[in-house]
Amino acid sequence: MTATAAPDASATTTSTVERLEAVWAEPPGLGSWLGTVDHKRIGLRYFYTGMAFFVAGGIESLLIRTQLAGPDLDVLGPEGFNQLFSMHGITMMFLFAMPVLSGFGNYFVPLMIGARDMAFPRLNAFGYWVLVASGIFLYSSFLVGRAPNNGWFNYVPLSGEAFTPAINIDYYAVGLIFLGISSTGGAINFIVTILKLRAPGMIVNRIPIFVWGELAMALQIVFALPALTLASVLLLLDRKFDFHFYDADSGGDPLLWQHLFWVFGHPEVYIVALPGFGIASAIIPTWVRRPIVGYTYIVIGELSVALIGFGVWVHHMFAVGLPNITLSFISLASFMVAIPSAIQVFAWLATLVAGRPVLRAPLLFVLGFIFIFVIGGVTGVMFAAIPFDQAVHDSYFVVAHLHYVLVGSAVFPIFAAIYHWGPKITGRLLNDRWGKVSFWLMFVGFNLAFFPQHLLGLFGMPRRIYTYDRDLGWGGYNMASTIGAFILAVGILVTIVNWFHSRTRGAPAGNDPWRGETLEWYASSPPAHYNFVTIPTVRGREPMWDQPELAGGAQPPEDGGRPLTEGHATLSTSMLDARPQVIVHMPHASVWPFLLTVALLVLAFAVLLDNWALSVAAVVASVGGLVGWYWPRGQTQET
Amino acid sequence: MVAGCGGDTPSVLDPRSDDARRVEGMWWVLFWISCAVVAVVTGFLLAAARRRRAELHVDDQIDRRPVSWGDRFVVIAGAAVPGGILAGTFAFSLVVLNDMGSGDRNLEIEVEGHTWWWEVRYPNGAVTANEIRIPVGETVELALPTADVIHSFWVPELQVKKDHIPGADNRLSVVADHAGRFRGQCAEFCGLQHAHMEIMVEALPADEFDDWLQREAQPAPEPDGADAADGRRIFERASCAGCHTIRGTSAEGTLGPDLTHLANRETLGAGVVPFTPGALDDFITNPQDAKPGVSMPPTELTPDQVDAVVAYLTELE
Amino acid sequence: MAATTTHDALLGETGIPGELLPQRYDGPRAFGWWGMVWLIGTEATLFALLIASYFYLRFRNGPVWPPDGIATPDLALPLIMTAILWSSSIPVHMAHTGIRAGNVTRLKVGLAVGFVLGATFLVMTLGVEWPEKLDEFGPTTNAYGSLFFTLTGFHGAHVLAGLMLSLWTQVRAWQGAFDESRHLTVQNFTMYWHFVDIVWAFVLATIYLTPHL
Repeated sequence: MTATAAPDASATTTSTVERLEAVWAEPPGLGSWLGTVDHKRIGLRYFYTGMAFFVAGGIESLLIRTQLAGPDLDVLGPEGFNQLFSMHGITMMFLFAMPVLSGFGNYFVPLMIGARDMAFPRLNAFGYWVLVASGIFLYSSFLVGRAPNNGWFNYVPLSGEAFTPAINIDYYAVGLIFLGISSTGGAINFIVTILKLRAPGMIVNRIPIFVWGELAMALQIVFALPALTLASVLLLLDRKFDFHFYDADSGGDPLLWQHLFWVFGHPEVYIVALPGFGIASAIIPTWVRRPIVGYTYIVIGELSVALIGFGVWVHHMFAVGLPNITLSFISLASFMVAIPSAIQVFAWLATLVAGRPVLRAPLLFVLGFIFIFVIGGVTGVMFAAIPFDQAVHDSYFVVAHLHYVLVGSAVFPIFAAIYHWGPKITGRLLNDRWGKVSFWLMFVGFNLAFFPQHLLGLFGMPRRIYTYDRDLGWGGYNMASTIGAFILAVGILVTIVNWFHSRTRGAPAGNDPWRGETLEWYASSPPAHYNFVTIPTVRGREPMWDQPELAGGAQPPEDGGRPLTEGHATLSTSMLDARPQVIVHMPHASVWPFLLTVALLVLAFAVLLDNWALSVAAVVASVGGLVGWYWPRGQTQET
Repeated sequence: MVAGCGGDTPSVLDPRSDDARRVEGMWWVLFWISCAVVAVVTGFLLAAARRRRAELHVDDQIDRRPVSWGDRFVVIAGAAVPGGILAGTFAFSLVVLNDMGSGDRNLEIEVEGHTWWWEVRYPNGAVTANEIRIPVGETVELALPTADVIHSFWVPELQVKKDHIPGADNRLSVVADHAGRFRGQCAEFCGLQHAHMEIMVEALPADEFDDWLQREAQPAPEPDGADAADGRRIFERASCAGCHTIRGTSAEGTLGPDLTHLANRETLGAGVVPFTPGALDDFITNPQDAKPGVSMPPTELTPDQVDAVVAYLTELE
Repeated sequence: MAATTTHDALLGETGIPGELLPQRYDGPRAFGWWGMVWLIGTEATLFALLIASYFYLRFRNGPVWPPDGIATPDLALPLIMTAILWSSSIPVHMAHTGIRAGNVTRLKVGLAVGFVLGATFLVMTLGVEWPEKLDEFGPTTNAYGSLFFTLTGFHGAHVLAGLMLSLWTQVRAWQGAFDESRHLTVQNFTMYWHFVDIVWAFVLATIYLTPHL
């Protein structure tokens, strides 16, 4: 079917566009700025906010590395150092990685599945505002010199009232409970969107792998985050009201904290890694000019990692004195969880070797990711071996491993995504030469920063020490690591400058500068408010490659394109075989998600400061916020 | 480089006991397998790079031909081969685990973790701090209680680590091949001065160890000279005695380390400064300089009084 | 050019000539239904972890449970409270089937009766059961006390949330928002309320039944 439109059809298309624009455009002004429910605006905000926290976390790490560059330095005292390394971990995991990866998801999942928005637009907006509020909440701790100072995993009894009476730990617990609301709401949004909003014809085995990656991430969040929330609530009860969950003298157990935390904490690292895998699976086919090899195995791999990842948390506790028989089961599971990741790695390698790669920035970052992640993966397997783990647990070998897997599987894919999808978001190409410079600086800097840390761990350097003696032989490796960190930082800076320069002065990108295969390239660059002129019907895994009628950005109705111009609507389809089921009318912009967030922020501070009267008032205000959110507008009857 | 730079590097790769050697051996097996995996993956990445084209064109032909070897490759290289290697490595790790910590324990020593020092108690009543003497070649069982938060006992050349958990009764067996000093430090973040919680294990030949243990259990020697006698009197009456014990005197405080044989120690503050009379003087005057955040406050004594106390303490061998 | 249809109509035009799709729905076709399902999923996980923590600490504490001389919990009062809570699901269920048949009166009565029974349960927890227990031990006495009050307290908080949802639903019912083709809020409330009842079964079993084993 050709895309040539009869004169009659183009007149139809024009009026369709006018009507869609009228319905979907958000009028400028404060109301729209506070109340936007457009997934693209929200996704972009997540991206910018997350990247701002990335820079903050990066500055924290450079301060840490400066203090550790040589023995017995005095750049930072112990309290400052302890707050910085704790906030570095908290920032990178919770305020950078998860938001940016959900931000890309927010922006691109509806586009890739052919929908006009996420399933819960106001919940989407709410999730963003809560991210901002909890980030402000957590960082306000620096203003009072009381940032969390017991590491990102915050073990008791040190984090109990007896040993850290000051509010550093309350900041941690309240902040993470608060942030958890955002992550959980976002996750539910992804799950329902991906299951129910796909374009007709996008049956289960035609779903883009990036979307599978976001689904795997979301499913993990829903079941893992309650563990962190519970751990934090119990900690607050112990600290503020003298409960005894973690108190060994009164029938409690400090290990309860460790179990609850790591039941969340291990899936958390896969929450960070799986979207990155999805990004690689999205970028490789475009840049090697062939479909992905082993689609089914990759998808099974993503979901298996998500599932098995719930069964290995005790491997963070191999040194606490549990019986060997218990540890052995966990060890086995920890070895086996490597397999679904290996499947994905070899599927990518097969695709790369079978295709014709073009080594520009997007693909370079993906290749860097694979190399770095595999190194992190093999050291991870080393940790599954109990005696070796017990030797290097809590040493710099762990620090090396975790940065290889996390920077590998999150940061490098995020930078690949910036170069690959940046043009879709801004409508302009980034400078590719600068992209290559950024890549090489980051790749060399990263490896110089973190490879020596494997050796430091083997040479006996524990984690989280603010200084070390000159006669231990650790100085040279630490200096190399610090130099590498600064080179990495420069490389990151190059991309940041590139982004801001290109978004106003880059070459125009057009709808589809790379000839991509999935539906985000069906939309314009940047996409219109309503995403697509017609909601397409897809007939394969690579619709943009196989369905020429999509090239014009408006699949005609006779090919299955649905304009859906009546109201603020999108199409809901069946879960497995994506048959059109209902027309869903989406909510318009609403300021209530923002107002509810403000009430919750007040509640967070009230709890932090033990102001129970204010807490009750804030709870009442929050209920009011929910009522305002759900109060029907314009009509009495239920929609 | 790999065996550890300098004699003082507490390296996992410089084992001085059977258990440490098992771990080191395991490391090399894991290391070479890992190198092979990384080499294979890198090989594929380079092979892909060799197939590169210079430019991406929007009207490129998309290669839709199925990759006949694709599925088989993914299953074999991605699942079957790794599965086999992983299963084998797991089995190997269980064998090593089973061999660890074997050997009859002849001596039990309690090493209690405090923030930020180690209290070391022997069965015969000897009590010291931060330095643990053991007999060469004999398996010692360390009991690992904690007085406060979670600590972790790690002397890389001798043994893997184990945590001190409130409410748990964790044990670690330690044996040294030969005489010498083996350095370690706390490996679980325990607050402000976690970085300054050094452990020094010294292995002595059996008869030397027995002599040492017997002497260590004795009360402190009588002061030799007027200055030292003054120092002892001041120590007993000032706040020092409220926190520290010197067996044989009226100082019976238990908040800080036992100082009965302080002069035998190499360092002060669990490794933060070497033990010299000058360093001791500074430490007593204001321990917050050397180790900010420790429980010990700046002294209320005059400099002359501090001199006398130093004169006494430097005699306590 | 397609003729215009309103947002309110039962069926809407997609833009493919002749194709009409429903615009009103509930159950698994409704996003709000899925939202409630997944919310229940995360809350259920929270309870499961809290109950797992109970059993973890119990088995770490050894054979005497409750510890420290605290009496094994009496069953009479909890069983009465259970009867009251579980019976509240009947009028709630009837309210839902009522509105599915278009019977607004049955909806209103069912919700009101369910509300009264649920509120009674909560009042008995806070006004009878807790004070009785506090004579013997409190949340700060030991880990058992902390577990008891936190587990029952979490459940009570979820009952309270359910009562507020019930009020909201009743207000909307009195405004005439619901009929046989639109009542997603009622359906979601009903699911949430049954969830709270099911969680109570686990709380009851954990705290009151297992110490007798």
